[in-house]
Amino acid sequence: MSLIRTVGLTKRYGSVTALEGLTLDVQPGVTGLVGANGAGKSTLLKILLGLLPTTEGSASVLGLDVATDGPAVRERVGYMPEHDCLPPDVSATEFVVHMARMSGLPTTAARERAADTLRHVGLYEERYRPMGGYSTGMRQRVKLAQALVHDPALVLLDEPTNGLDPAGREDMLELIRRVGGEFGISVIVTSHLLGELERVCESIVVIDGGRLLRHSTTASATGATAVVTVEVNGDPGPLVRRLHTAGAGVRSAGNVLEIDVVDETVYDLVRDAVAELDLGLVRLERQRHRLTEMFTDGDRRSGGAHV
Amino acid sequence: MSEHAVPDRGAPARAGAIHDIGYRHYDGPRHGARYIQRSLFVETLRGTYGLGRSARSKVMPFLLLGLMVLPAVVMGIITSYVGLTAVPVRYTDYVMLVQLVVTIFVGSQSPAVMSRDLRFRVASLYFCRPLSRRQYVQAKLAGMTVALFILMGLPVTLLFCSALLAELPLDEQVPDYLRAMAGVAIHAVVLAAVGLLVAALTPRRGLGVAAVVAVLLVLSGMELTVRGLASAFGNDTFLGYTGLISPYTLVDGVVTGALGADSSGGQAPPGALGTVLFTLVTVVLLAACYSALVARYRKALG
Repeated sequence: MSLIRTVGLTKRYGSVTALEGLTLDVQPGVTGLVGANGAGKSTLLKILLGLLPTTEGSASVLGLDVATDGPAVRERVGYMPEHDCLPPDVSATEFVVHMARMSGLPTTAARERAADTLRHVGLYEERYRPMGGYSTGMRQRVKLAQALVHDPALVLLDEPTNGLDPAGREDMLELIRRVGGEFGISVIVTSHLLGELERVCESIVVIDGGRLLRHSTTASATGATAVVTVEVNGDPGPLVRRLHTAGAGVRSAGNVLEIDVVDETVYDLVRDAVAELDLGLVRLERQRHRLTEMFTDGDRRSGGAHV
Repeated sequence: MSEHAVPDRGAPARAGAIHDIGYRHYDGPRHGARYIQRSLFVETLRGTYGLGRSARSKVMPFLLLGLMVLPAVVMGIITSYVGLTAVPVRYTDYVMLVQLVVTIFVGSQSPAVMSRDLRFRVASLYFCRPLSRRQYVQAKLAGMTVALFILMGLPVTLLFCSALLAELPLDEQVPDYLRAMAGVAIHAVVLAAVGLLVAALTPRRGLGVAAVVAVLLVLSGMELTVRGLASAFGNDTFLGYTGLISPYTLVDGVVTGALGADSSGGQAPPGALGTVLFTLVTVVLLAACYSALVARYRKALG
């Protein structure tokens, strides 16, 4: 059964069109929703929660029509908004217990679920302190916890990595991966950064200007052509020759090399070669270049469509 | 994430318990919007008296409740000891007498009930759950109304009890007491609606307190001034309608007119037409406040 199905979904605010003829069929699992700011991601999430009426078209979530079964949808869906939504004077425990009850859980169950969920998102002793003193990372965890506390079948996460430092981003992405895998809860996660979503999502929906650009599974989008970008200071020439002789696929553009990742030994090869040639390694970054192309590709196409 | 292998630090260790049992699904009962609304109502009511909040937030409401009750207790004691033939203040007059305390309570607690969810944008978390915006507003309004009913009803009831203890004639006391309690109920719902609306329109806490108190005080002040002027010019018809200006005198007009109590602080509405008008204005005011609150939350989705 489809998790989410929309047919010709259109939403206009006066003369502004937020979504235009969006037809989607999203399967259970972790799905990334990618688009620039103002592409219509948040509008789509609000329609899926049954909070915004659609102008045209229809949408169903978990087999329920959002226009007629809004409360039933919201009972089984969790939502983590993009903006801050935590009162500073209560502790995370009190807050999540309260939100669990506001989802319809009896008080004892709410307490149990709140403690469990906060532990799963990685909040321990600090959960008894008022939230006013929390770091951004902790606040994002509490926001995620309140979305998960009633054990929904689907969570909608609006920009969960916003404002986090690189380590915080990694932690949040790992958490999202666990929610989709270990917890068995389907996830829709939005971001304007494609790179971070491709690692946790099974499929990616790209929207731009309210239109669907592409919907594909990450496996098919990235294929087997994972690449690692290597940047060195010094002359990369000898390094390219050396990697070529070792049998690796290398393309170079100035000091930046793109090396095909066939298996994990490629990393060792690069490291050893750089060390032996006494070069300074500036960057070693894994990418899936085809997914990036899909996005730039899409930008070009939508640019054409708007003319 | 390494907490996978880390034993559960959150829960106290029990002998023989398996620590990290991974994610567990919830298959217990899930109540609908009515349960959620009731929970929110109870939480709002408790919150207005600082219960379930910090110790500091309990000081103000209980101090005010004490101020409300104190005169009633003193009057009760005097009635019994001196052996008065009636309580010193009519039950229906009591609220008008301690108006200022009620105003301060509405002012200090409305922002706590309303603006917190708006200022920190918690409201969107309520509305992504089964509760609708109308049900949310209803729960908040009911919580504040009951809080005010307790605040005003408790001293009036204590006064009534002291009258019974002083063995005053029951048939004289009961009708007046019941009228007073009905008046308290109408006061509670009108003041809650006005207070919450003003608080919802001023999301900043300090400002909210000032705004609610100012609105109620200014309206009372205006009513007094206009009544004074009307009385000086001897315009009796106009005088009768000055009560419409302030929520307190408006409700007082309903109580005196429709329920047949003797007029207290305000001016009784002139005749049947006046009574109908006072009642109508009260109903319209309530409906307007409620619709404005719902509209306010329609916008607050963010």
